This record gives sequence, structure tokens and C-alpha cells, in this order.
Amino acid sequence: MSYIAKPKVAHPKLPRNDLGLTRRDYEGGMSTLCAGCGHDACTAAITQAAFELSIPPHRFAKMSGIGCSSKTTAYFMGNSHGFNSVHGRMPSVATGANAANQDLHYIGVSGDGDSLSIGMGQFAHAIRRNLNMTYIIENNGVYGLTKGQFSASADVGTKAKKGEMNEQPPIDPVSTAITLGATFVARSFSGDKDQLVPLIKAALSHKGFALVDVLSPCVTFNDHEDSTKSYAYTRQFYHPAIHTDFVPPAQSIEATYNESGTANIELHDGSQILLRKVQDDYDPTNKANILNHIQSKQQDGEFLTGLLYIDEGQKDFHALNKTVSTPLNAVPYQELCPGSDALESVLARYK
Amino acid sequence: MASQPTEKRVNNFTVKIATANGTGSASANGLIMKSLFRMGIPVSGKNYFPSNIQGMPTWYEIRASRDGYIARAEDVDMVIAMNAETYVRDVQEVRSGGFLLYDSSWPRANVLTRDDITVLGVPLAQMCNEAFQGARNRILMKNIAYAGALAALINLDMDIIRTLLGETFRTKTHLIDSNMKAIELGYNYAIENFDCPLPFTAEKMDATAGQLMIDGNTAAGLGAVYAGATVAPWYPITPSTSLMDAFKSFAERLRKDPETGERKFTMIQAEDELAAIGMVIGANWNGARAFTATSGPGISLMSEFIGLGYFTETPAVLFDVQRVSPSTGMPTRTQQCDIMAAAYASHGDTKHVVLFPANPEESFYFAVKAFDLAERLQTPVFVLLDLDIGMNDWMCPMLEWDDSYTPDRGKVMSAEDLETTEFYRYLDVDGDAIPYRTLPGTHPEKGAFFTRGSGHNKYGQYTEISEEYVEVLDRLRRKTDTAATLVPKAAIDEPFDTDMAIISVGSCDGAVREARDHLSAQGIHLNYMRVKAFPFGQEVDDFMDRYERIFVVEQNRDAQLKSLLILETRVEKAKLESILHYDGMPMSAKPITVAIEKAVAKGEAA
Repeated sequence: MSYIAKPKVAHPKLPRNDLGLTRRDYEGGMSTLCAGCGHDACTAAITQAAFELSIPPHRFAKMSGIGCSSKTTAYFMGNSHGFNSVHGRMPSVATGANAANQDLHYIGVSGDGDSLSIGMGQFAHAIRRNLNMTYIIENNGVYGLTKGQFSASADVGTKAKKGEMNEQPPIDPVSTAITLGATFVARSFSGDKDQLVPLIKAALSHKGFALVDVLSPCVTFNDHEDSTKSYAYTRQFYHPAIHTDFVPPAQSIEATYNESGTANIELHDGSQILLRKVQDDYDPTNKANILNHIQSKQQDGEFLTGLLYIDEGQKDFHALNKTVSTPLNAVPYQELCPGSDALESVLARYK
Repeated sequence: MASQPTEKRVNNFTVKIATANGTGSASANGLIMKSLFRMGIPVSGKNYFPSNIQGMPTWYEIRASRDGYIARAEDVDMVIAMNAETYVRDVQEVRSGGFLLYDSSWPRANVLTRDDITVLGVPLAQMCNEAFQGARNRILMKNIAYAGALAALINLDMDIIRTLLGETFRTKTHLIDSNMKAIELGYNYAIENFDCPLPFTAEKMDATAGQLMIDGNTAAGLGAVYAGATVAPWYPITPSTSLMDAFKSFAERLRKDPETGERKFTMIQAEDELAAIGMVIGANWNGARAFTATSGPGISLMSEFIGLGYFTETPAVLFDVQRVSPSTGMPTRTQQCDIMAAAYASHGDTKHVVLFPANPEESFYFAVKAFDLAERLQTPVFVLLDLDIGMNDWMCPMLEWDDSYTPDRGKVMSAEDLETTEFYRYLDVDGDAIPYRTLPGTHPEKGAFFTRGSGHNKYGQYTEISEEYVEVLDRLRRKTDTAATLVPKAAIDEPFDTDMAIISVGSCDGAVREARDHLSAQGIHLNYMRVKAFPFGQEVDDFMDRYERIFVVEQNRDAQLKSLLILETRVEKAKLESILHYDGMPMSAKPITVAIEKAVAKGEAA
């Protein structure tokens, strides 16, 4: 059960981050997912990324909807507030929460059912608002909690465990997000921690909506031979477009990397994303070419992964709304209530 | 032509103006009403508008009432018939002995079939076509000109009209002269051609000092500003949109830094009502005062989230400006049809706090109260206005603000509190069934909790254990009892020694008051209670205990308030008799008077 707390015994030699915290301080309750679930690897990656970024755990707000993936917010950062809301509606709850306090880090965990079927509308509009949050889709092509129905991300030709074939085209969260104006779009694989952790760190540091679509196989309902979302299939066909490293503000870039074929993108907080091209012609800032690229790989049955698109120059939700820099939940009431004199003058025209 | 009625009446008449929407008639109608108001005469205006932008019929009814009655009047003394499309019907609206003013630029002799009314033809279009340039301008001025003709016919004060035009066009002074010219065209024609004034006239009195003419949506939006609301997500829906518009315009004026343009609020136009309420819940969870405004269809869409708010005990404020339902219904007509939907919104055992303002004044105060209750009780709170309250101009006392007011933010533990006190999210520490909460980001190690709509125990942990679940659900029921002690008490008026009473709610109030006066004049005395909130306080039960026969007046087909009283109080069902009005028009006194006269006569016969 998710309320079973993990014992927090930290070995004295466990590495500590800049806050003096260990990785254990970023863990949550015991997972109740199936053994081998890709989502648990995502949870571990989130935990690792938050730890490495040295963000105090209580400065995160963990947002989710309903489904196997949405349950996972209980399994990391037990000292953060979490909100397991209603199916497909996490983006709106996250929007309201972010509107109230822009100083927290918002990490939303959703699934392909939660985001691409019931929650497609809210997913799309959170992107349009460029809400400053990290939005992780743990994408496995099936509904787990209701036992194995296809989701909207199921590929054409993939087969369900009981043999039924999907013939409807999938909704690709990555292409969709780029089309809708997302400012940070990445795809990864739960089985590739080396790729996933830096991507989540970069996503958390991006000011705006950061989507990380993680292919995260369902061991119980979608890991069989004819599935295109199985571990084996994903391992065979996932295709890194670009290698991403994340460099926090304090570190010197030259000291870390100094090789040719790299590019770096500076994020709003001074941290940098270092990109090392795996494919010669892939440029994650060139929107026009990216969609072509993703599509052509898809036609070959491959999943392009890595930081697929980034635009660090767009205004986020609060900048668009011109809200004050003080979080709205911390503006003193005296500054919100205009008082009796103002009431008198406001009402003059109604006399 | 009929003979002039002999009865002379001062400050007691109703004028109904029929136009097509989108022709600027709202300015003319507002001008007439405000002139009466500035003359010190109690007045109310009811706008019957179509769900359309331009060209469909619209009516505006202005009632001047020396005695201060604000409900809709059913007898129309004069119709100003500016819309050829509805002309035949408008002619029928005039009471026998009343007047019809029409635009005689086009002859309509064939439809003037009544000989019990006086018809006044004014060549409005013809005069305005000669005096003004431009098709659009001529249409607008034609409407202003009928206000001028009416001014002559009922003795409106021309100085006040001039002042009002000056206020309206403060920034567009060139329009003052053209509008005044149109007024004078109508005025002079009437003076020269008719026997002015008519038997019913306006005369200055002193009954509107310290009063406002304001609509409920504006007042409620202003209330949300004063309550300190900062996050305002919404999805546009008639008739609630103007509440959000009001919040926005007041907040822009009062909460925006004039230099930097930075705002101490945020409006979010959501993609639908589901998202709007989700945002409200997210923001309140995070410690901001957030609200939305909607109408019946929006409440249907929001229901799942409302249940989440109830079960996770997250504050939320929803203004429901009710309109005619079910389904899309008639979006621009009024009803009180969401009483049950609000009280029990969402699947499962839910019960919500609902406030029922009766007028714009209460809309303002209840808006503030709703935020206090939502945070004190940690639950969604509905404020049920209706289209009549929300969108019509009502005369109401000047709104007042107590600068010593501090918002009740409820039981929120600070970092300091967490250092000294154990925190469990759903534990009833104080015995009032209200637990403590913490806001995200408060303390590095203490006070974090996981909010979930799934089964949880009193410590906030996931549970599927029956006893733990039942314990939480039972406490939630007890919280309703606490709520009943905190919500506004019913307004009770018991001057008579009688065993008969009326119960009503919201915008029925004006009609009920007027009906009681009419009935009293006939020797039928009824005491009165207007409920202001659900869950019902003890006073509601006590009141009903004191009467044998209780008429429940409300504006829906299925007697929703009566049903709620039967379900949620100890009252005997047989005591309650419904008087129902649900045709979409604001309630008038007449159906109440007629129903009670009949009921009493029947009772006496038996």
C-alpha cells in the first residue's frame, strides 16, 4: 500500500547534495505498482534529478491525475505536497496551484490515458499557457488499472495481450506538444536512466511548459511479443537524436565538456543544457525540421528520443498574465482589499 | 382612440420598451431608469433579452414604485413599441386604459385593433433621418429620441437627463450634444402633439438617497475583489460572464500597478468549466482565494471536481448565476433551478454549503462570506444568484465596507505551528469536524500531505479499510452540522399572530413582500421566512414548527427548495404548499397573491 513509508536509514557514506541531503531525502512511499513496471524507473529518475538539482523537496508540488502513472507521485519526495486529482484533469489543478504560487517547482506525472484521451483538452491548454511545470507522461500504450485496454498512444498494428490488434492511429504526445507551442519537448525511455535523468533536470530548470514523454513499458499488459511498447521493442527501436547533459549554474562548462560537435543552451536560471549531436542534422531549436524528422523516424518504426525541441525565449504563464513577482498566495490582504474609501469612489457611478 | 383614463397616478407606473437588440436601446432605457432614480423615485429595471447579438426582439421594463416595490409588475401602463416584428404582441401587453407609443414614420393602422388603449404615434425615424447622418447613428438616435418623448409624457426632469448624458459621455463630449438633440426632438414632438403629461407621471421625491442602482453580478465581482480573491479562472457562459468581467475591471482598477502594469490577481480563461473549477481547487489548495462563476450547464460539468473538493476538503467558491434549464434551456431567462444540483453536486454522499443572496446588496456581502466559509470549512461553497439578480439593475442600499475586517483563512498551520504541534490532515482535533491543513512549501520536513480523492483515513493516508473510510465520511457529515451554525441565518419576519407563513428564497423576495402587503390589505396575514443558506440552521426548523400552513415560493417546476426542506429538516411534508413560477420571467407578486387567495378561500370553504 502506498502509505507504507520506506525506512529512512541513510548510510553515512551516501552522497550528499549542496543542501546536505541524501537521495533518500527525495524518496517517497513504497511503490504499489507491478514488479518491473517502467514507472518505478521513472520515479527513480525523478528522485535522482531532484536530488542532483539540490532543490529542497518541500519546494516541489507533485501533481497527478488518475491511473498507474498518477499514483507514482506518492512514491517520491515524501516531504512534498502532492495532489492526486481527477482523471485527465491534473493540468487544470496544476494551473491553479501555479497561479497561486509561482515559486514552487511543479512536477506533473500523467499517463497516456490520462493525458491523451480523457485529458487531451487540458494537456493541450496547459501547453498553450506555457505553464511553468515539468509534465511527465509515463507512456505505455495501455490502461493498466482497468486491465489492458488500448490507450490513444497505442501504435497501429500493435497487439493487446489477448491478441486484439489496434488499427487506430496513435496520438503522439511529442509532435502534438510541439504543434501546440510547447517550449520544451523531450522523449526518453524508462530503461535509459543516463538519458532520462539529465532530461528531467533540464525540464525542471526550463521556465515554461516542459514535456518529457517517457516510454515506460507495462510489464503486466503490454510487454508481450507483438507489442510496440514492450521493453524489448523499445530497446531495439528507440533512437537518440541528440545527447543531452545538464549543467547547473555553478559549474563551468568548459571544464566539463570541451569537444567539438556540441552546442549549449542557457536556461533562465543560468544553468545550461549541453547537446551533443548524435545525428548530424538534428537541431532542437529548428521547429520546421523537427516534425519531419520525428515523423520520418516514426514511419520507420523508430522512436526518436532526447531533447527534441526547446525554445527558451517564450513568456511563461505568469509573464503572459503580468502577475506580480510575489506569489499571489503571499500578497498581504491589505494590498488586495481596496478599503472603504475606494468602495465609495468605485460606487459613485452607480448612484 | 380611447378616452383618457381618469385615474391620476404619481410615481407608480410601468413602462415596457420593445426594441431589437444591438440597436443601442440599452442606453436609452438606462437613461430613463436612471432619471427616475435621480428624481428620488424607487425604480427597477428588468431586461428581457434574447440569446443573440443583433436583430432579435428585446424588451426592457421599467417600474417606478412610490412604495418601493422592486419585483416585476405585471400591468404595463405604457408600451414603447419600436420593433415591428413584435408589434402585434406588444400592443396586447398594454393594460386596458394604458398607452402605446410607436414610431409613426411607418403607418401601422391595420394592427391597431384595440380601442381600450391610447395610441401615440411619434415619427421618430423620420425626424432622426432628417436631423442625423449615417445609418447606424440614425438608428441609435431614434432610440434616444423615444426617451425624449417619454420624458415629456411622464415629466422626467430634463436637467437630470442632461447631467446623466454628461456623465455617460464624459470622455466623448461631442456625443452629449447629439444625444441631447435627439432627446429634444422626441420631447418637443410630444409637447406639441400630445396632452402632456399623461395621467401617470413622475414627480421628484426623496426615496433613493443613499441607494445604488447596481446589478448582482457587478456587486458579486466587487465582493470577490474585497474578499481578497486573487485567482479567477472561468469559462464564458451567460448569464455569469458579467460577474467575471466586473471582477476583472475592478481588479484592473484597484490591483494593478499603474507604472509597471503588474497585477495582484490573475484571470484565466479556461478551456471549459471542468478546467475552471480544477484551477479554482488547485489555487485554493495552494492558499490563494480563488473562485469561478458559471451557470447551470457549468455546474453539471464541474460536478466531478466539486466532489473532489468536498472529499479532499479543499476550499472553493462558485458563483452560479442560474438560468432557465434543463439542458441549454433559455440562457437569457431566469430561474431558481439549481438548488438541488448545488446542494448535492457530484456522485456519492456529498452535501455543499449554498448561499442564496436575494439582491445585489447581498450578492456583495455573501461573496465575501463565501470565501470565509470556504476556508473555514475547507469545502466548496456555492453562491446562487440568478439572472434576475445578476443581470438586472436593482435599487439597493449603498454597499459598506468595514476596514477592520480580516479574512477568515481557516485552520492553516504555519511552519511555527508545525514545530510545536503534530499534524494529521484529516484529524478532528477541535471537535468541530474541521481538520487542519498546511500549504505546499511551508516546512522542510513537516506538514506535507498527499491530497487524494481516493479513500483516505484520518491521517491522510490511502485506505481501503472500511472502518477508516467510514470514520472520515462520518466526520464530513458532522462538518455539515458545523456549517449550519456558521452560514447566514434565515431572515424571519413575524409581525402577525397567524398560523400561516411563506417561505421563499433569493429573488422571490421582492414579489413575496409585495404579495404580503396586498394580502394583508384583504385581511390575509402571513408571516415570512427567507432562507439565506444551506445547510439550514436551527431557526429554519423552529420557524416551520410555529405554523400550520406554509407556502413555499420558488422559481422552478419541481419545488426544489420545498424538497430540500423536506429532506433536511423535521418539517411535516403536508404543511408545505408550493407556489411555483418557472416561465423564465422574474417573479411578480401576482401569482403569489392569486395562489394564496385561492388556497385560503378553499381552506375556508372546507
